[in-house]
Amino acid sequence: MDIPYIVKPRPDTGVFNAKLGIWLFLASEVMLFGALFSSYVLLRLGSPDWPRGSSILNVPLGTFNTIVLITSSITMVMAWASLMLKNFSKFKLYQGLTILLGAVFLVVKAFEYGAKFEHHMFPKTSVYFAIYFTLTGLHAFHVICGMVVNGYLWGPGSKMWKTQPERFTNRVEVSGLFWHFVDLVWIFLFPVLYLL
Amino acid sequence: MAAHPNTHHDHHELPFWRKYIFSTDHKIIGLQYGITASFFLFFGFCLMMLMRWQLAYPGQPLPIIGQYFGDANMPGGIMLPEFYNSLGAMHGTIMVFLAIVPMVFGAFGNYVTPLQIGAPDMCFPKLNAISYWCYFAGGIIMLTSFWVPGGAANSGWTSYSPLANIATTGQTWWLIGMVFLITSSLLGAINFIATIVQLRAKGMTWFRMPFFVWAQLVTAFLLLLAFPPLEAAAVMQLMDRLAHTSFFLPSGLVVGGEVMEVSGGGSPILWQHLFWFLGHPEVYVLILPAFGIVTEIIANNTRKPITGYKSLVFSVLTIGFLSFIVWAHHMYLTGMGTRVSAFFQTTTILISIPSVIILTALFISLWGGSIRFNTPMLFALGFLPMFGIGGLTGLPLAFNATDIPLHDTYYIIGHFHYIVAPGTIFAIFAGIYYWFPKITGKMMNETLGKIHFWLSIVFMNGIFMPMFIQGMAGVSRRWYDGGSSYDIAQGVLYLNPIMSISAWLLALSQIPFLINLFWSIWGGKKASDNPWDATTLEWTATPTPPPHGNFKTPPVVYHNPYDYSMPGAKKDFTPQNQPVEA
Repeated sequence: MDIPYIVKPRPDTGVFNAKLGIWLFLASEVMLFGALFSSYVLLRLGSPDWPRGSSILNVPLGTFNTIVLITSSITMVMAWASLMLKNFSKFKLYQGLTILLGAVFLVVKAFEYGAKFEHHMFPKTSVYFAIYFTLTGLHAFHVICGMVVNGYLWGPGSKMWKTQPERFTNRVEVSGLFWHFVDLVWIFLFPVLYLL
Repeated sequence: MAAHPNTHHDHHELPFWRKYIFSTDHKIIGLQYGITASFFLFFGFCLMMLMRWQLAYPGQPLPIIGQYFGDANMPGGIMLPEFYNSLGAMHGTIMVFLAIVPMVFGAFGNYVTPLQIGAPDMCFPKLNAISYWCYFAGGIIMLTSFWVPGGAANSGWTSYSPLANIATTGQTWWLIGMVFLITSSLLGAINFIATIVQLRAKGMTWFRMPFFVWAQLVTAFLLLLAFPPLEAAAVMQLMDRLAHTSFFLPSGLVVGGEVMEVSGGGSPILWQHLFWFLGHPEVYVLILPAFGIVTEIIANNTRKPITGYKSLVFSVLTIGFLSFIVWAHHMYLTGMGTRVSAFFQTTTILISIPSVIILTALFISLWGGSIRFNTPMLFALGFLPMFGIGGLTGLPLAFNATDIPLHDTYYIIGHFHYIVAPGTIFAIFAGIYYWFPKITGKMMNETLGKIHFWLSIVFMNGIFMPMFIQGMAGVSRRWYDGGSSYDIAQGVLYLNPIMSISAWLLALSQIPFLINLFWSIWGGKKASDNPWDATTLEWTATPTPPPHGNFKTPPVVYHNPYDYSMPGAKKDFTPQNQPVEA
């Protein structure tokens, strides 16, 4: 017997295996970031002098990065949609753009980190910086993971398009779901850390 | 069934290392989990046996083996307090995260779940293998930490901050090890849920699933959603230790008479919240699969359907939900305020209701059954009162007023060990005796099994029953001399040697089991495909031992999981895949 529902959805549940898998994984990710956000709330409530994020962090750069990530989510959907329309070269283009935008995000983030270090602001400086670096660092780690997966599907992994196009489309969909989640985390991170 | 040709496309033989070491077959991975977890179960037990020497005979050199632990741990064979603390912390960590969970979830869950739902394998076989190897790596890291300077983690298995923040290097190893173990559980949990949702055979509706599968499903959800907060906490404690942040360090913390040079502003209570948000669902991770195993065996050996199957299912779902909102009953002593305490007292008492429903349903299932007292059944029956004692002694701990004097005493130790040791471990033994024929094709010896059971149940109680008495006298779980230098403990000191000798005798009682286990693999009586006359698919739809791919033809399910002694049936069991006669 072979494992069923790898490509086609199971009729009564309506999903293929990997799609359920990634949603479950994202549920656990919600709990991971949820725990850190809750810690943020608890630490901030217990602090007599919590700084305002906008007085420390570079809001224009943060805004720029938010736009970059949202755009990358759009190109991610376009990449998947291109595969659904059987247009492989368009997929290559949009998938490549998604990875590129991820890289732009990381470069900007690296500049932000560098500027903080130059001004002697480290995780140990205060609890605000501790949670800032932990949250954004963990998020950046997720961005890198997403780029690795997307890069694989853009490069060597895309050979599957010739042999099993439907399964390959599923893979792009699943990695896309992860990418949207990473994007969504940033959409929460940005106002919480930069604006509030 | 045997006459059908092998339809599996994977005909060629895999090389040894692919078949048995880096396998993706859920049965092999299940066995890998089982063997590794057995090692850690024994290792954790050894740590405890060492501690029991120090508790019974404080300050006396440990004869013969004491000299081998080195001057950093036991100079002249006498245990140092730091080493005792390491043993305590690592006993807890190893037993919970490296022995019991991998055994009941990783081993039994992996081996039995796909077979019971009629699936060819787990949903994501490669992920399954990765999950095992993450667990293996975490285990190696934990073991290695015994040899780092300052020894293994020594801040208790709960690793409370700020104590854990200022502890020796072993704590860093502990945290890194935990990250691996958490990753392993996470991948396993995703795999289990996806398997149970997606790969049920035709006709295997939700309410035809054996209760074991339900228990594994809820357990997987607990692991999926409760472990990430601990991962977050572990990352923060790692930051505290390595990047010198102050997540868990308050301002103006004084250590060794000097103010610590940290920014401060953190919260030690935050660690406790995050830890117990995992910690309490975790105790249900330890017990729910045990319920599952015991239910299978009781149904099979009473030869009648389980009483209240649906009540069991809804109870286990309720437990799963409620277990997420009871965590702070571990924290009454932190002074959270009466309103918060009132909330957690209420939820904690609520969660006892579904637990009692499960236990009651299993007890009532015995009524009117024609019970077969074989070894798996004895262990399953032993589980019921042992879990009962553990559960009922938990009630005083649910209430703020009665919990505070009992907090951190041996009463607590007795309470949760009754649930996990004679509880879950008896269920593990029951499960091994029950599924051993399916795995190896050989029966285990009944006489040796019965000797094993009776000795174990006597000595288990010899270890844990006196703990209640000591605990109510006020003996703290952290005292390294067993209480001999404290006035309040003098009246109950005589219990220490009794408990310690029981522990060592319990170790000796496992010899019949080990002989039985290894001898039966080669010399046991040959087992048929369905030696227990059971109804569930792992017995009725696949040969013994099951081949790669599990089933030669996809099974179709027509019956409820426990259709024993059905009116009008030819035999006293109706296999789930037996077609309904028109």
